[in-house]
Amino acid sequence: MGTGDIFGMPTAHIMASAMGGIRTAGDLVAWMQMSRRMKINEAKAYVAEKLGIDVIDLTNEEVMRQVREDLDIGIITSVAGSAKGIAAKWKIAELLDIQINSVNLFKEKLRL
Amino acid sequence: MGKRIFTRMGDGERIAMSPGKIKDDLLAGTNDAADRAGIPVLTPDDLELLFEIFAEPAKIVGVAPGEEVIVSDDAVATLFYLDQENCGQGLPLSRVQSILTYERACCADTLSTGHVDYTFKQVKPIVNFEKQDYYNTSLMTTAPFFYGSQPNMGIYFRPDGPFPNPADLFPAGKIKEALDAQEDAAAQLTRDMVYVSKQMYDVGCEGINFDTAASAGDADFFATLQAVSELKKKTQHMAIEVGMSSEFVMGMHGDITFDGQLLAGMYPHQQVKVVEAAGADIFGPAINVSVGESTPWNLARSVTFVKECVAVANIPVHPNVGMGVCGVPMFEVPPIDAVTRTSKALVLIGKADGL
Repeated sequence: MGTGDIFGMPTAHIMASAMGGIRTAGDLVAWMQMSRRMKINEAKAYVAEKLGIDVIDLTNEEVMRQVREDLDIGIITSVAGSAKGIAAKWKIAELLDIQINSVNLFKEKLRL
Repeated sequence: MGKRIFTRMGDGERIAMSPGKIKDDLLAGTNDAADRAGIPVLTPDDLELLFEIFAEPAKIVGVAPGEEVIVSDDAVATLFYLDQENCGQGLPLSRVQSILTYERACCADTLSTGHVDYTFKQVKPIVNFEKQDYYNTSLMTTAPFFYGSQPNMGIYFRPDGPFPNPADLFPAGKIKEALDAQEDAAAQLTRDMVYVSKQMYDVGCEGINFDTAASAGDADFFATLQAVSELKKKTQHMAIEVGMSSEFVMGMHGDITFDGQLLAGMYPHQQVKVVEAAGADIFGPAINVSVGESTPWNLARSVTFVKECVAVANIPVHPNVGMGVCGVPMFEVPPIDAVTRTSKALVLIGKADGL
């Protein structure tokens, strides 16, 4: 995206056509585009298989809210003690079988 | 008076058009893109679907469940605290607060940050500050997190930079000196882009966004491609997104090639192939908007360019959809009816992998 006020440009695009980020599975599909150069349908199919759900449910809040909580990969609402940030990304890297640079650095600091 | 459909001019002005006039503008827009780039026009089915998108009476339109795509951005996540010249809202938030709000309130698929003077040359002397901020924020973000900046080769020329200015040399008839100045500036730009990006990689950067590439023409684009190529050898686990500044690479130099291809004069379906060859992971074409034409004309034209670009691409394509590009009116408060129609059309007809 580019520029424009936050409501009229990015939020409008997100509502019209985007996957929904950590509210659903948008971040997971984005990781596959970034790490494996996957086109959108290939990336969705890969993530759906890893999650064990249908592709159509990747943006189904009612399904993804529970999937994310069960896998502890970060949920949109705030629950103390649940994984967010680097802890969630660590689990996402393992789930999707990808390398995430920030996670690799964090592991290195922990000497793991 | 027959049926009228509300839409927008390229500058955002609301207008009412007849269905016939909208169809005329859709056809003219796709023909203009096809003529310029030597690519196919939209099919009759595409044009019918595009007309239906404009004819929908609702203010906001969108894709069906299952057809959604990814959004990536160039520091949009920091808009909450930025000022009007960045279309920002000026809230008393820090940069990290702005980014986390974008992740958890706006629910973007990816996030990004960048220096307020969004340019590699300006970032270089304060890169340690940027590294601190990126590192701290990346510990808290869950969605993929980009660092973005622009090549902006123009500021490498006098009086802003160290190299003689081709805009002075060309009129003086100093052609070779003007070409040499661009080549020297491009080499320095590549070094700066690689330096900053590598510094960010070392603190865990997940993705770098070379935004608004080729704004100073073919040498600027070359510097960006060279930087991508060099970085891919050193930063294996950092995605690189290349977003363009316009639909056409200006031949300010005119004789620069990459991967055997002349860069000057390239359109999006050609740009994506050299970006791919350089090793980038995501490509963002930018299609110009004419403020004197209607949104149907501009959007048909943009979708024509994007559809061909996506068709030939082997990497994900995220068309730039901020104000003034790819069909979005050139207005700092983009009208939502036009923005969402742009969004839907680029995904359904252009087959974009993201926006």
